[in-house]
Formats: sequence, C-alpha cells, structure tokens
Amino acid sequence: MAQVQLQNVVKKYGAVEVVHGINLEIADNEFVVLVGPSGCGKSTTLRMIAGLEAISGGDISIGDRVVNDLPPRHRNISMVFQNYALYPHMTVRENLGFSLQIAKRPQAEIDKAVDEAAQILSLAEYMDRKPGALSGGQRQRVAMGRAIVRHPEVFLFDEPLSNLDAKLRTQMRTEIKKLHQKVKSTIVYVTHDQVEAMTLADRIVIMRDGHIEQVGTPLEVFETPANTFVATFIGSPPMNLLSGQIAGGEVAIDGGPKVTLPDQFAGKVQDGQKVILGFRADNLMPEGHAMPMEGASAEFEMVVNLSEPLGTETLLFGSLAGKEVQAKMLNPRPVADGERLQFQLDLTRCHLFDAETQQSLR
Amino acid sequence: MSRFRPPAWFVLLLPAIIILAAVVLIPLILSFYSSFTPYKLTRPETLYKWIGTFNYEKAMKSVHFWSAFGRTVLLLTVALNLEMLLGLGLALLVNKVTYGQRALRTIMMFPMMFSPVLVGFQFKFIFNDNVGLVNNALQSLGLTDRAIPWLVDGQLAFFSIVVAEMWSSTAVFAILILAGLFAVPRDPIEAAKVDGCTPWQSFRHITLPYVMPFIYIALAIRSLDVARAYDIVQIMTNGGPARRTELLWTLIGRTGYVDAKMGYANAMGYISIFLAIIFTVYFFRKLNAARSELGMAG
Repeated sequence: MAQVQLQNVVKKYGAVEVVHGINLEIADNEFVVLVGPSGCGKSTTLRMIAGLEAISGGDISIGDRVVNDLPPRHRNISMVFQNYALYPHMTVRENLGFSLQIAKRPQAEIDKAVDEAAQILSLAEYMDRKPGALSGGQRQRVAMGRAIVRHPEVFLFDEPLSNLDAKLRTQMRTEIKKLHQKVKSTIVYVTHDQVEAMTLADRIVIMRDGHIEQVGTPLEVFETPANTFVATFIGSPPMNLLSGQIAGGEVAIDGGPKVTLPDQFAGKVQDGQKVILGFRADNLMPEGHAMPMEGASAEFEMVVNLSEPLGTETLLFGSLAGKEVQAKMLNPRPVADGERLQFQLDLTRCHLFDAETQQSLR
Repeated sequence: MSRFRPPAWFVLLLPAIIILAAVVLIPLILSFYSSFTPYKLTRPETLYKWIGTFNYEKAMKSVHFWSAFGRTVLLLTVALNLEMLLGLGLALLVNKVTYGQRALRTIMMFPMMFSPVLVGFQFKFIFNDNVGLVNNALQSLGLTDRAIPWLVDGQLAFFSIVVAEMWSSTAVFAILILAGLFAVPRDPIEAAKVDGCTPWQSFRHITLPYVMPFIYIALAIRSLDVARAYDIVQIMTNGGPARRTELLWTLIGRTGYVDAKMGYANAMGYISIFLAIIFTVYFFRKLNAARSELGMAG
C-alpha cells in the first residue's frame, strides 16, 4: 500500500535549478508515466524518488513516511535502469536473489521468490548464465525480475526500453503492462517516448524544463491538451498549430482562410484576441476521403506537397498560410505532389490556445 | 652452378634474428651453460670445465640460499599485501575527491619518480640510529630515551626495508586501482543501493569484483618487482647485518661480483627465476578468473 507524494520538490545543481517545485500525487497501485523531451527533469525526478539524488527542497513521501533523508535501501523501492545495471559477475539467479541475500532472508524463501520471478518473466532457461551471455531483451527481463523479487511498495522504471530495438520494445511494453496486472503495485515510469506513455499509463505526467505541464489520463492529455507543448508532444503526427486572430464569429488564420469559431470556444474568447488554432491530422481530411463529420466543419483548399502512403491511410503534407500542415486521407488514392485538394476540417475536434500564454482556451 | 640464395623471408628476418641472438639468446645460453661450470670471473679458463649440476646441488643444500629465498618470499607477501591494502584505501579516498584530484594523482606518483637507489639512501638516513629522523623524532617526543637500532637489529631492519618498499611502490597499486575505480560503471552501484546494500556491501559485492582484475595486474607487476628486489636493500643494509636481511638478488649479486663465483651465481639466478615465473603465472591465473567473472574474458 503505497502512494507517492511530491510536494514542491526542487532540485538544484549548484546555482542551476533543474526541477522547479513540482507537485504530484500518485495513488496506490497506479501506473504513472513521466514523459517529456530530454533534459526536462523527468529522470532527475525519478532518481529523487529513488533517493539516488538528494532533493534541494520540498518533501517526498512514500506511503505515509516522508523519505527526504532516507537512503535508497530504506525506501522499499525497486528500480529498473536504462542500461539494465545487472551485476556482471553474478549469474541470473544470483542477480535475482541478490537483494534478498543482502537482507539475509532464509535460503528457501530466496529460492521461492527467485523461481517465482523467473516464472513470471520466463527466465527459467537462463538462470545459470551471466548477463554477458544474454540478449538485450533477456537482460531487460532479468532487470525487471530483480525488481519484483523484493515485492517493493513502488517500482521505478528509468527509460527501460530505450536500448531495445523497435520490435522488442513493443513486446516488452506489453510485458510490463502484464507485469503491472500481475504484481499489483505502484509504478513510476520515465520515458521520452509518447507512445510508451500513452499505452502504459493510468495517468501521464508531461514535463518540460523542470515543470509539470499537464497531468491526466492518456485520453485526457490527447483530447484536451493544456497547452501547445502538450498538444505537439502527445500524439503522432504532432498537432498542427496555426496562429490567427478572433474576428467576429470566426478565426482568421494569419495569411490563410477564415474558419468558423468552434462552438466549444464560444464566449471564451474576445474579438481581436490573438490565438493559435490547433487540430490533428486525423481531423483534416480531403473531401471524399474523410470520415463523415457530424458537427460543424470548415472547408478550404490546400496544395499537397508530399504524401506518405501508410496502407490504410495516407499522410498528406500540405502548406496553409505558409506553414506546413499534416492531413490524413482515408481510402487513399495516389496523390501527385503539388495537387490542389479540397479539405474538410472537423471543428468539433479543434483546439484554441492563447497566442501569448500558449495555454488552452477551453 | 648457381650460388645458394637464401629465401627472401629469411633475409628479411635476418637483422631481427641477429639482434635477438646477440642480445637475448647468446647471453641466455651462455649464462645457463656457465651455471654448469665452476666459472670464476678472476679465472676465465674455469668456464671450460664442466661440473654438471654441482652448482645447483650446492645451492639446493645451501642454508644461505634458502633463507634468502624464504626471506624474499616473505618480503613479497608482506610488502605486496600491505601495499595492496594501502593502495586500495588511497585509491578509494582519492576517488572521492572532487576538487584537485588531478593534482593529487600527480603527487601520488612522486615516489615512483625516485630512483630506488636514492630511496634506499633516504631511508638509510631516516632509520639511522644516531642521526636518523625516526630516532630523533621518537626521542624528542619522549617516547624512548635510547637509540633504536633500526637497521642493525634483524627484524627491525626487515621492517625498515618493508617501509621503504611501501613508500616507493604503494603508488603503483593506488594508480592502477584508481584506474579500476574509474572504470566501474555507475548503474550497478546504484542498483545495489536500491537493492538494499549498505555502502560497505556495495563495495564488497559490486565495486571490489570490478576492481579485482586491476589489483591482480598490480600484484603481477609488483611481484616481479619485489622478487628481483636489490637496490633498496643493497643500499640500506647490504643484506646485513650478518645476512639477516639477505634477499635472493643481494646474495646472487654478491656471489657473482664480489666473490666472483659467476657459475654458482647463475645457478641460483635460474632457480630464482622459477620463483618469479610461479608468482606471475599464479597472479595471471587469478586475473583471468576475475576477468571471466565479469564476463570480460575471451
């Protein structure tokens, strides 16, 4: 039973502050993913929870204990590292059992826990090998096994999949998700990969420059991004952003067409306000190749500069008001570069951000 | 009739063969041969008298030889272990230093820059019973009122030699072990911390296995060094008093050049070389075992 709480946590290296007083509450058994570009402070935050980095301010508590000054060994946590961090001179079995050996548990208990972990992660065949004789995926599994034998209150994962190839990464992602279902426990997971974040998380924490930009379920952050950063960071391809101005009941895109002000923003903007219109490629489709749009939509012409056929759909790169805009074409037909097409924009799925604060106007 | 023409590879290798023969092979064969003769430097004709294994038998039966042999092994064991422990401690401390570490590392190497002969003279002075620093200091502090015969008493002289050896060579261990500590990856140490290790346990179970290969390299190098120890002892005690600090090579050196019994000295030299080979093989075995522990072998 362990919730994790961060209150105004600050990390400074000398005079440089890298984490600026973040607040976060992680519920018991919750799978929380910290995501953000490199250098955003996500790994530092995780290492502060682990106790591998001292905190410069604020409080961290695990369960109902404030752990600010506790060394890692007293925090009842497990951590899986990016480079696996296996002990090279020990066999898989010894690696798995090491923490229990250190804790001087009876041998029978150690054997049982190790065999159980080996079972869960299908490591039984490799028990007497050393890490040097294992593949990347197997090493990653050993690292996870080492974490689960201790039945810690909190699991910490530091970009555990970033050293694996794409196929293995997808496979291990599923295994981690299964693992969470099997060994109910709180997980804090750090990644820079938004797909990992979306697929694994109960809640996603998006960080940038030592600040938390938004916390929410995967669908919340995808559908209602709090600002332009989250809008472009979550989702692939990134959300299209076009600057414009409110004019009457319309959004006038700078140097481009005017579109009707989406209903959901009526009354939330003022005439003349500078805004950024955001929409995903999935909501901009050429006529005749679109999903039927139920609510309001806008139509305009756009030149397609480049197309990327993906099979069931084609990604179109056009330019609108001098900016590159991505759109999707369903039931694709070949599109010639430079072709002019009529596009439909689903206004109910559009976002408006304040041009100055970059925050959502929703 | 064509003249004999040696193959090209032979001609090309000939300079190397000649040099190796002149510098290594001939002296080796000659010294090995002379160990089977009563060769005396003062009577060159004795080089042609074959006496079989007489010199070897004599050495094997000689109390002086075996006590020097035993003392060398003792010095090797005591000095290497102390140097290793001290060097390890030093390396761990220096590894913790964040500011001025480069300067410290350089200072640490100073003793290695001194000629062993000078180290010998220095410690001969330090341990001198009348004017030496140690006795002076002890007497000034009132710890003793008599002159301790550091270099005259057999056991104290051995102790003094060990101190001089350690002063000059602990740095070898410290530097090599420090290199090992630099090579220890951070991740497994952190994993151990999270796994519940105290600082001592992470050192014992993670850091030390990583550093072991470096310790064995240092031990192998230094065991050869100490097995041929000569200069410091020659200067400090000359193997005395009354052979009580006699080591293999001071004995061999004296037999060969002072007593001029080169044949006998060579025989003892060949026996001693086996000692060195055995130690080297032992430490390299250990080194390979430690490396394969870490999955580095092959």
